[in-house]
Amino acid sequence: MIEWFTWLQIAVALVAGLLALALGLLGKRPADITMGATALVEVLLMAQIVVSLLAPAFGNTATGSVLEFWVYLVTAAVIPPLAIVWGLVDRSRWSTAVLGVASLAVAVMLYRMYQIWFVQVA
Amino acid sequence: MTTTTPSRSTGIGRVLIAVYALLALAATGRSVFQLLDDFDKAPVAYALSALAAVVYIVATIALVAPGDAWYRVAWITISFELLGVLVVGLLSIFDPILFPAKTVWSGFGAGYAFVPLVLPILGMLWLHHRRPRTTAIPAGA
Repeated sequence: MIEWFTWLQIAVALVAGLLALALGLLGKRPADITMGATALVEVLLMAQIVVSLLAPAFGNTATGSVLEFWVYLVTAAVIPPLAIVWGLVDRSRWSTAVLGVASLAVAVMLYRMYQIWFVQVA
Repeated sequence: MTTTTPSRSTGIGRVLIAVYALLALAATGRSVFQLLDDFDKAPVAYALSALAAVVYIVATIALVAPGDAWYRVAWITISFELLGVLVVGLLSIFDPILFPAKTVWSGFGAGYAFVPLVLPILGMLWLHHRRPRTTAIPAGA
């Protein structure tokens, strides 16, 4: 994990999540902005997977459990695609809220990963 | 047929289902890790984590699946969750030796932003709202 990249990623997931949740509660159907924001969250997760695969080779290793870290990262990477599929199938306002919940969950999971990697709480 | 069980997967219920699915995923992921990593360290807490994960999965399915039988399954699983979070929440505070490791229900779900405490209550309100009603319309109409 790279610290600044992780914080950037958490910020993007938070903004994407709050935006979609707010638009969903306002009654907006899934649109390019909310679907795109969720897709961006997923792209950043893919980048995080690559970063975290390569980081140990550069001496940047996790302080906590590597297994737990990867359980979180792989689980997190599964969430946005499921939410996007949900948004494509169910075109109601509630899908927009679901997109928001998904991105917020990813933000929380990234924070847990950050703790495992840098703070070693697990 | 004089009663119908309304669909539980409409409107805001969909958000509830999504949150349940997320919690099922989170609880499953964590319990798989705990069982693999060091089951012997806290067998009670880890076995409970696994049980909680299974119950969340069943509850998610019961909320999506139509019909009367699944409606009852939803009530049973969601009641079990509320009981679980309350009992384990209390135990984890008063008997931390029994729960040295975190479960989804420890500290009333504090590790999950109290979602495990709030969710069953919302689930029950939703189930009550979508309860089977006596009606003249035949089922499936």
